[in-house]
Amino acid sequence: MRAKNSIFQNIDWTIFWVFTALVLMGWINIYAATYSEEHQSIFDMSMSYGKQLIWIVTSYVLVWVVLMLDPRFFSRLAYPIYGVCMALLVGVLLFGTEIKGAKSWFTFGGFSFQPSELAKYGTALALTYYLSSLGKKFQGIIVRIKAFIILLIPAALILLQPDTGSVLVYASFIFVMYREGLSGNILLIGLGAAVLFVLALLLNYTTFNLPFDFEISGQTLMISVIGLICLMIHQLFKRVKGIKILIILVFGVISGYVYGVNYLFNDVLQEHQQSRINELLGIEHDPTGAGYNVHQSMIAIGSGGVFGKGFLQGTQTKFNFVPEQSTDFIFCTVGEEWGYFGSLVVIVLFLVLLFRIIIIAERQRSTFSRVYGYCVASIFFFHLAINVGMTIGLAPVIGIPLPFFSYGGSSLWAFTILLFTFVKMDSERMHILS
Amino acid sequence: MKPFEDRKFVILGIFLVIGLIFLGRLFFIQVVDDSYQLSANNQALRSITQYPVRGLIYDRKGQLLVYNEAAYDLMVVPSKVNDFDTAAFCNLLQITDSVFETKISKARKYSRYRPSVFQKQIPASDWALISERLYKFNGFYGEKRTLRKYPKATSAHILGYISEVGGSDIEKDNYYKSGDYIGKRGLEKEYESVLRGVRGKKVLMVDVHNRVKGSYRSGLYDTLPIAGKNLVSSIDRDLQAYGEKLMQGKRGSIVAIEPATGEILAMVSAPSYDPNLLVGRPRSKNYKVLQQNDSLNPLFNRTINAMYRPGSIFKIVQSLIALDEGVIKEETRFKCNRSIIGCHGSHTNDDLVGAIQHSCNPYFYQVYKRLIQRGEKSNIFKDANLGLNRWQERVKKFGFGVRLETDLPGLKKGLVPDPAFYNRWYGENRWAFSTIYSNSIGEGELQVVPIQMANLAATIANKGYYYQPHLVKSIGEDSVKRPEFTERVDTEVDSSFFNPVIEAMYKVVNETGGTARRARIDSIVVCGKTGTVQNDPWPDHSVFMAFAPMKNPKIAIAVYVEYSDFGGTWAAPISSLMIEQYLTGETTRPDKEKRITDAQFLDIYEGKK
Ligand SMILES: [Zn+2]
Repeated sequence: MRAKNSIFQNIDWTIFWVFTALVLMGWINIYAATYSEEHQSIFDMSMSYGKQLIWIVTSYVLVWVVLMLDPRFFSRLAYPIYGVCMALLVGVLLFGTEIKGAKSWFTFGGFSFQPSELAKYGTALALTYYLSSLGKKFQGIIVRIKAFIILLIPAALILLQPDTGSVLVYASFIFVMYREGLSGNILLIGLGAAVLFVLALLLNYTTFNLPFDFEISGQTLMISVIGLICLMIHQLFKRVKGIKILIILVFGVISGYVYGVNYLFNDVLQEHQQSRINELLGIEHDPTGAGYNVHQSMIAIGSGGVFGKGFLQGTQTKFNFVPEQSTDFIFCTVGEEWGYFGSLVVIVLFLVLLFRIIIIAERQRSTFSRVYGYCVASIFFFHLAINVGMTIGLAPVIGIPLPFFSYGGSSLWAFTILLFTFVKMDSERMHILS
Repeated sequence: MKPFEDRKFVILGIFLVIGLIFLGRLFFIQVVDDSYQLSANNQALRSITQYPVRGLIYDRKGQLLVYNEAAYDLMVVPSKVNDFDTAAFCNLLQITDSVFETKISKARKYSRYRPSVFQKQIPASDWALISERLYKFNGFYGEKRTLRKYPKATSAHILGYISEVGGSDIEKDNYYKSGDYIGKRGLEKEYESVLRGVRGKKVLMVDVHNRVKGSYRSGLYDTLPIAGKNLVSSIDRDLQAYGEKLMQGKRGSIVAIEPATGEILAMVSAPSYDPNLLVGRPRSKNYKVLQQNDSLNPLFNRTINAMYRPGSIFKIVQSLIALDEGVIKEETRFKCNRSIIGCHGSHTNDDLVGAIQHSCNPYFYQVYKRLIQRGEKSNIFKDANLGLNRWQERVKKFGFGVRLETDLPGLKKGLVPDPAFYNRWYGENRWAFSTIYSNSIGEGELQVVPIQMANLAATIANKGYYYQPHLVKSIGEDSVKRPEFTERVDTEVDSSFFNPVIEAMYKVVNETGGTARRARIDSIVVCGKTGTVQNDPWPDHSVFMAFAPMKNPKIAIAVYVEYSDFGGTWAAPISSLMIEQYLTGETTRPDKEKRITDAQFLDIYEGKK
């Protein structure tokens, strides 16, 4: 066994320094977003940047704690940690405090804790443990259903809060399963489903006028076109056995899906959710209504120019034109005060982090460490894509934080533990074999 | 090779593609598209206009003619207005419910979040009460502006007025923005660029609730307003007010000039109006009344815009030109042959001084004949053409028929007929002296403006030159005078020829039987000449031109009293009172003054012959 003072010896310093850079830049931007003349001290605990300073210091303590742990701790306690997380998710539904219409928080005194942030960590460990316990095969419907259930439980509990953003994060585990052997078609079908989803909604409100006073709804037209394509494919591959049945099946599934999407959209989603999606797709445009947040966030980022307005010089973010400017929309401050230069640095840093995690994951001898690495990368990627995407009008407005940037202790702690658990595994990669 | 290891490339590829899409999109909105910058400035920055203080105008003694008084624009930000007692509010502002509704909906239409003017130009006296209660009405606040104020209701025509800029003003000069004021008449118009100063600007940052959060970039883009420059007018406020008092109940004008400088001491056009009427909110209503009151036309500045035939006073110009041209001498006598042209009085064979003194028409008939038919051409028509051309050139040197370069806009030129004029009228070579002889006694086609008449008095006082009559002595703290006002304009008549003319003008006033005995002042030697402008069938205009004292003259004056009869009866005593007032600061003849102030010549039909 090695001496305790060498725990930092084998860690990946690239990840450590990227982490440190992101956390510090995040803090600087939170400071800028909430700064006011009366509260200039960086230790002002009544301001969010003062509190964030505590979260940052404590997260370094967590880094140290995680690195101190026995590496076998994670695999052995994967399910118990998962269990505790699920218990917390149930607990928050029963005893949590409702903030902005969602029961997502435990509050004690001035501080609050969001168990859904920690649940990602628990779920990542549990899924990793399950997938690595399968040996080399991620095959068979039962196995897949079991893996799916590991994800479904926290997703369902979080949906009850409800916190749609955090639920969607669980979709990111599809990358992990793909790496471990899930058919690539799943990704393609997912992509195809997304395209059809968008098309169905775009055509949802459209009616086409045909000659002779015929009117045809967008959906009917779409299904007719798909039917025509199916017929053409049938003509091309007439000789292939069973093509007829396959085509009819595909046609049936697609038609059902298109109508399903419309049903879901019109009858299941709430009005504000419909509006947000419509805004994103450009069907509606209402800068004062559902589109307000994105409109303002794009003004803030877009007005930053090449080099930004300068530290503390942002007007849009500081004067509350941009909502949630220190949490979900923190990227606006980056864009406004540091310009394209700042945006570039942040996005490149995240890409460096993601690439580094994948590269390190692939050098692991233990399946557990590799799968876990993919979980970490997938979660970070999903957060980055949705969070930054929504601020620049490329993704729907889903309230999830930008890792290490957004204000909030729960998410910072959870992301720190998530990341440094992997760093710990990597530093011990010579000693973990299974 | 571990199973499925290649799939890391797919995943890394997806990460990279999303990253690049973001960087591309960010490049587009941050670097390429600058509309976001505009939107940001529109939302978060407010440019507050800092209005400069308009320059004041003083009289020659340092008394104020016009100054600024605080007034308030009541502003409203519709989004901040919440439910309140509309009735109390309307009562406070003294407006009706429906007026309130139109105004508030107009403001809402303009912008819910930006301030617009709810009520303009509330005088400071009313504002005290309003501001005290304004706390009850969220979304309303006052913005300080200024109104012009005139301590004495005098000099309206000289000072002119300002009004809010219209579309055409903004088009002509892009300095102006809606809500600015611009000089429309008088000195306010002429000296607009000096008086207005320069607007300042304050760029403030506001938050999403339109609350001011401070100065943008610590005031980097702010500019301070530069106050307009003050003017010192040549007007003597007391003399001006006195002239206006004398002219009450009359149509006409008084122009008094300091001969040594060309500074206008008084410029009265009657009827006049109180300049305070054309200030603030009642302006447009009052303006309409003044404008539609057309029989008296109080907005019309007669001193520079009214044209009259010069009458007998023009005999002085004829004398000076004839002497300088050498066609007569001081001793030259002509018989008072009343068969050619009528005359008054008992003279028969005057020399020049006597002829001016008695205003002998046949004498000047002969003088003018010598000026026009000079015998230089055998064809009398061509000879007259030559003579008239020479004559009109010389008359114009006296400031007649040309636009005096004063500092009042809209000055009329009057008319001195030249050969081209008669050629148009009668045809070439179809007129000679016999056609145009009425000019000899200041009748005929000649037209003069009162200020030109006063300028003539100043020219005689100076014995041959004048300065462009002007109303502003100095501009700003450095006391700058426009250079064109310090340039002497020469009539090119030898100064010695002025002596007989001045002698005659002395006799007109001071000798027994002179036509302007009423202009005499015991302590001051006044020289003058009466004139009468016939207006058949209505009463004559009474005209008098004078300067005083005879030695080292301090004031030159011309007075027109329309439809009042002979020049010596009304215009001469008015001149006399003005001269005395200016030189001594008082009048020793209150009964004379009363006779003048009591006289009414407004209803011209009353005095119809
Ligand atoms: Zn006579």
